[in-house]
Amino acid sequence: MDFAFTPEHDELRQTVRRFLDKESSETAVRAVMESDRGYDERTWTRMAEEMALPGLSVPEEYGGAGLGPIERAIVMEEMGRVLFCGPYLSTAVVAADTLLLAGDDDARGRLLPEIASGRALVTLALGEEGGAWEPADVRLEAHRDGASHRLEGTKEFVVDGHVADVLLVAARMDAGVALFEVDAGARGLERTLLPTLDLTRKLARIRFSGTSGRRIGSADAAPQLAMVLARALAALAAEQAGGAERCLEMATDYARTRLQFGRAIGSFQAIKHKCADMLVEVEFARSAAYYAAFRAADEDAQELASASHMAKAYCSEAFFHAAADNIQIHGGMGFTWEHPAHLYFKRARASSVLFGDPVYHRERLAARIGV
Amino acid sequence: MSLGEMTEEELRSRVRALLEEAHPDRVDAFTFRGKQYDNGLAWVHFPEGYGGLGLNPKMQAVVQDELRRNAETQHDDMMLNPIGIGMGAPTVLTHGNEWMKRTLLRRIFTGEDIWCQLFSEPGAGSDVAGLSMRGVRDGDDWVLNGQKVWTSLAHVSKWGMLLARTDPDRPKHEGLSYFLLDMESPGVEVRPLHQITGEAEFNEVFLNDVRIPADRMLGAEGDGWRVAITTLMNERTAIGGAVGRRGGGSIGILLELWNARTPGSLSPAAEAVLRDRITQLYIRSELLRFTSQRAKAAQKTGNPGPEGSVGKLALAELNQRIWECGMDVLGTDSLVYEAGYRRRRPAGESRTGRLALAKYQFLRSRANSIEGGTSEVMRNILGERVLGLPGEPRPDKGVPWKDVPRSA
Repeated sequence: MDFAFTPEHDELRQTVRRFLDKESSETAVRAVMESDRGYDERTWTRMAEEMALPGLSVPEEYGGAGLGPIERAIVMEEMGRVLFCGPYLSTAVVAADTLLLAGDDDARGRLLPEIASGRALVTLALGEEGGAWEPADVRLEAHRDGASHRLEGTKEFVVDGHVADVLLVAARMDAGVALFEVDAGARGLERTLLPTLDLTRKLARIRFSGTSGRRIGSADAAPQLAMVLARALAALAAEQAGGAERCLEMATDYARTRLQFGRAIGSFQAIKHKCADMLVEVEFARSAAYYAAFRAADEDAQELASASHMAKAYCSEAFFHAAADNIQIHGGMGFTWEHPAHLYFKRARASSVLFGDPVYHRERLAARIGV
Repeated sequence: MSLGEMTEEELRSRVRALLEEAHPDRVDAFTFRGKQYDNGLAWVHFPEGYGGLGLNPKMQAVVQDELRRNAETQHDDMMLNPIGIGMGAPTVLTHGNEWMKRTLLRRIFTGEDIWCQLFSEPGAGSDVAGLSMRGVRDGDDWVLNGQKVWTSLAHVSKWGMLLARTDPDRPKHEGLSYFLLDMESPGVEVRPLHQITGEAEFNEVFLNDVRIPADRMLGAEGDGWRVAITTLMNERTAIGGAVGRRGGGSIGILLELWNARTPGSLSPAAEAVLRDRITQLYIRSELLRFTSQRAKAAQKTGNPGPEGSVGKLALAELNQRIWECGMDVLGTDSLVYEAGYRRRRPAGESRTGRLALAKYQFLRSRANSIEGGTSEVMRNILGERVLGLPGEPRPDKGVPWKDVPRSA
C-alpha cells in the first residue's frame, strides 16, 4: 500500500540519522564545503563499509544491498536534513541507476561493485550550456574511431564531476543519444570545478577534446536516460523534503526560545502562522517525495514520470520557502555566515535548478495531464 | 459467544438477516433504518439496545459493505440527518440520561428527528466559549434568552444541541451548561440567514423566554463545555477524512473549464500564466490526496504524525485558489451570475452545469476558511499543538465572564 512504511524502514531511518549525526555535523559540513574535494573520503569509506549505503540500491549480485527507491528516499531525506556533503546523489543514485538501466552487462559487472564498495566515484555527465536536462538537448558529439569512440564538446554542472573516477557521458551519435564511459585520466579531458552558489554540492565543467570513450548499452539510450532522470528527481525531492523539515525544526526551536517584548516570539501569530504554513508545505513535500518513491519502486514508468515532475516542482519550492522563512524567523542572526540558515537557503536554491526547475517540471506535467 | 467476539462473517449474516426482515429497495427509509437500529447495526460500536452491538467501530465498514452488496438503495447519513448522526448521537450516548438514549437515538438514526447545533452566536465565533445566551433556573425549568447564528437545518429540526451561560460569575469555560432544546418550544424563532450566494443554508435562531425542563440538560450544570467538546470532536471527524479520486472535485471542474475555453480567447502570455497556475493547483490537489492517504496509512500502523492535522487548512486555501483561478479562466464570462441572487433556501439549480457551479463555488468557498474553525484558528492549532509553540497571552483567563470585554 502507498505510504505504508515498515518497521524496517523506520529502523533504516534511525540508523542513517545516527550515522549522519556523528559524521555530518554542522562543523563537518562546513569543513568539507570549504574544501575543493567537497566530501570526506574517510566518511564515504565508513558509509560503504559500515552502512553499505553507496550500494543501497545496487543488486546483491554486484555487491550491493539490493534495496529500492523507497529506502533510497529515506536515506536522501536524512541526508537532506543535515546537508550531507558527499557523492551519494551522483554515484549511488544517478550513476548506479544509469548502469542498472543501460542494459550493458559488462559495464554493470565492472562498475557496480566498485560503486557498492565505495572504491569508485561515478557521475553522469548530461547537462550542457543553457541548463537543458533532456536527452534530446544533448549536443556533445561522439564519433567512431575503430573499436572506440571520440567525444567532442562540453558538459556543464556535472555533479562531483571534478572528483569522479569514471564519467558516464551522454553524447549525440548518428540518430540518437548514447552513453559513453570515460576514465577520469583519459587524454583530452579538462575538468574545472565551478565556484558554486551552494558550497555543499560541487559542480564541474568538463571539456572533451577528442577524448576516448567506451560505449555503454544501445545506440539510443534516451528512454533509459529519461527513466534515470525520473528516479533521480524522486531521490532529489526526498532530499529537498528533508532539508525543508530541518528548516522548520530550526525555525520552531528558535521561535520557542527567542524572547522579545517579554514573550517567546513563537507566541506571536505573525511567527506562529508562518510556522504553520511551513508545516503544511513540509507535509505536502513529504507526500510528494514519498509518492514518487513508491511509483519508482513499482516501476510504473508513466505514473513515475508525472509523480517525479510533481515532486521536483513542489519540493523545490517548499524547501526554498522553508529556508527563506527560517532566515526571516531567525532575524539578524539568520543573516550571518555563522548561522547554518544560509547553507540551507543556498542548497534549496541550487537543488531547485538541478535537473530542471519548478517551471520546467510543471510545463512537462501540464503536457502529461492535458492542461 | 459474547457479542464483542462476533466475527466478520457472523456480522455479515446478521446484516443479511436484517435484509430478509426489511429491504431498503422495498420499504421506506424510516422503516428500514428502524429495523437496522433494532438489530444493532446502526452503529455497531454503540452498546446493545442503543443501535449497536458493542463491537469495534471498524466493524461498521463490514455492515456498510454488506448493505452495498445486497441493495440498490443506499441511505446516506449526510443527506438524512448529518448533525444528528454525526454529532448528536455520540454526544447523547456519552453524556445523555437514560430517557434521552432510549427515546432519541433511534429517531436520530431513522431521520425522523432532524438535529441542529446551537453553539455559535453573533458575539462568539472562534471564541465560542465566550457565548452570551443566558439560562436562568426557574423551578423545574431553565429559561433561555439570546441569539444563535449559523445554524444549519434549524428550520427543519426537532432538536437542538444548545450551549448557554448559566453562571456569568465564573470564568467563561466554567459557567456553561448544555441543553437539548425542543425546537417546537414556544419562544423559539428561526429565521433564514442569507449568505453571499443569496441562498440561506443557515439560520439565525432567537430564544425569547424559552422554557427547557431541567432534565434535558446533558452533563451537570456548569459542565457544558466538556459536553460540547464531545460534539465538536465529532464535528472535526465528520469534516476531515474522505480521500477523493484523482482529478475529482474542484480541480476536476477547473480542468474542464480550462479545456472548454474558447480557442484564441486568451493571449499567449495569459495562456502560459494560467497553465502554470492550474498545474500548481493540480499538484496541490494531488498532494492533499496523498497527505490524507498518508494519514490513513499512519493511523493503521498506529504511528500518526502531523500529516493528519494539515488537511482542513490546506483544503480551505486550495479550494479558494481553485475557484479564483476558475473565474480567471472564465474572464469576462465571470461578470454574469446566471443563477441570480434570489433569496431562497438552497435549491441546487445554481450549481447545475459547469459554469454556474464555478461561479457559485467561487462565492461559497469563501466560507471554507471560516466554517468549522477559521484558517487563523487552524494555524494556531498547528503552531501550538503540533509544533509546540507557546500560546498567545489570554486576557480572559481566570476572569469572571461578566468582566471580560465583548463586542457590542
